[in-house]
Amino acid sequence: MSTARSSSRSPGRSGLGGIFGGEALQRGTVLMYLSLIVLIPLAAVVWTSGEEGWSGFWAAITAPEGMAALRLTFGAAFVVTAINAVAGTLIAWVLVRDSFWGQGIFNSVIDLPFALPTIVAGLTLLALYGPGSPVGIDIAYAPVAVVVALLFVSLPFVVRAVQPVLEELDTEMEEAAASLGASRFTIFRRIILPTLMPAILGGSGLTFARSLGEFGAVVLVTGNIAFETQVASVYIFGQIEGGDIPAASAVSVVLLAFSLLALIGLNVVQGRWTRHEE
Amino acid sequence: MKSRLALRAVALGYLGFLILLPVGGVFWITFRDGFMPFWESITTPEALNAFYLTVFAAVVAVVANTVFGVAAAIMLVRRRFPGKQLLSALIDLPLAVSPVVVGLALILVYGTYGWFGGWLAEQGILIIFSFPGIILATVFVSLPFVVREVVPVLREVGTEQEQAASTLGASSWQTFWRVTLPSIRPGVTYGIVLTTAKALGEFGAVSVVSGRIIGRTETLTLHVEDRFQAFDLAGAYAASVVLAVLALGTLFAMNLLKPKEEKA
Repeated sequence: MSTARSSSRSPGRSGLGGIFGGEALQRGTVLMYLSLIVLIPLAAVVWTSGEEGWSGFWAAITAPEGMAALRLTFGAAFVVTAINAVAGTLIAWVLVRDSFWGQGIFNSVIDLPFALPTIVAGLTLLALYGPGSPVGIDIAYAPVAVVVALLFVSLPFVVRAVQPVLEELDTEMEEAAASLGASRFTIFRRIILPTLMPAILGGSGLTFARSLGEFGAVVLVTGNIAFETQVASVYIFGQIEGGDIPAASAVSVVLLAFSLLALIGLNVVQGRWTRHEE
Repeated sequence: MKSRLALRAVALGYLGFLILLPVGGVFWITFRDGFMPFWESITTPEALNAFYLTVFAAVVAVVANTVFGVAAAIMLVRRRFPGKQLLSALIDLPLAVSPVVVGLALILVYGTYGWFGGWLAEQGILIIFSFPGIILATVFVSLPFVVREVVPVLREVGTEQEQAASTLGASSWQTFWRVTLPSIRPGVTYGIVLTTAKALGEFGAVSVVSGRIIGRTETLTLHVEDRFQAFDLAGAYAASVVLAVLALGTLFAMNLLKPKEEKA
């Protein structure tokens, strides 16, 4: 099977050689499309951030307002990632191991934050937990609003990473451990958690990357108060409007670098896990 | 049993307070005074314009990214070339970039003082603060979805049928239309649904490049923010409800079309 597959992948053998104007043209078109829309623009951000040299870059990201925004962003991202790791695992557990009426709907609701536009997510949170809140909770324009908004948009990541792993997990080991007298907590900690860990970490990496860059959900509920509730993406937006493009680019590069780091770290963890499984 | 109920209560409570109550609340506030105020808010010329612009940008993004996505997926699965891993990683890049950074990146290249923008302006082509900029931003943020959904399906179906077709004398295009495309259709469809959802809902990137000329370069998400800033809460909620209904439709389609191996 594997030999048949690898030989059939050789160029021209699949019978699709001539489509999209033949191989060279296809490759050229794909690369050009990706370059014009994604790669060249992102390169321009990195280039612009370095235009005033290393000291200019450093000065831009250590400017008091920018620094405060970055600190809040990273702090909130860590808090959200930690909460999401626990809550996401718990929700996945309830979805897989529990069964109750309405579970199907409960399961679909998890994807709602993916489908709902971020600005709508922000507005809905503000409607319920803002000034004039019908339930009497007002968290708007405070740092905790950043955390709640980020929890909303990143909800599916850990749940959807852990759920399939939990579904595949055999209960035999757990039953064996229970019959040998292990407590429920011990079973969870020693048997279930190690298996789920790669998935939890993978989902957490996505959560962290998303939290660093989120804009739409955060912009309305935080009220954009410098040094207090202003996150990095909102700060960048302000710098663009104010015309300070080098400063906007420098902070953008910091966000870009750490998002990529989180995602690459996640790939390494998952790659290691897959190899281990084989 | 008790702990099971407790876990269930915690999970449902978390989801209820974080997602369901806020979303339900917006529907309740919007329709509190009946259907007419909602209808009036979403049929203003600005709201209708924003709606058409959003749909148009989404259609362009879906068509462009579907053609690109299928071509790129075929390249990644069926061809062999150096740097394949790198290309695959680069295609995922838009998922890791903050929407505001996407907007900044496009301004730096296609803005009037940007790398290509000056030359384009001389040709009379204005991209940033204009319609093409909104489309570029929408295409950027929704670029990876079709590729990501088609790659695993294409890998799964293998090449036997394509080879058989080509042995029997089918041209490459015939093989593509009659054999490859039908077999990857579920992946393509699911990718299109995800692309549509992302394209309809994008706010940050579009917000930076649009220049917000009300009634001209305002998408539906921008219209929500504009109404909110203008203290027209009814207008903001009404437009939000339209977007939320589109999102629920997408969600429904997602559940219907989710590829089997992902359904688990």
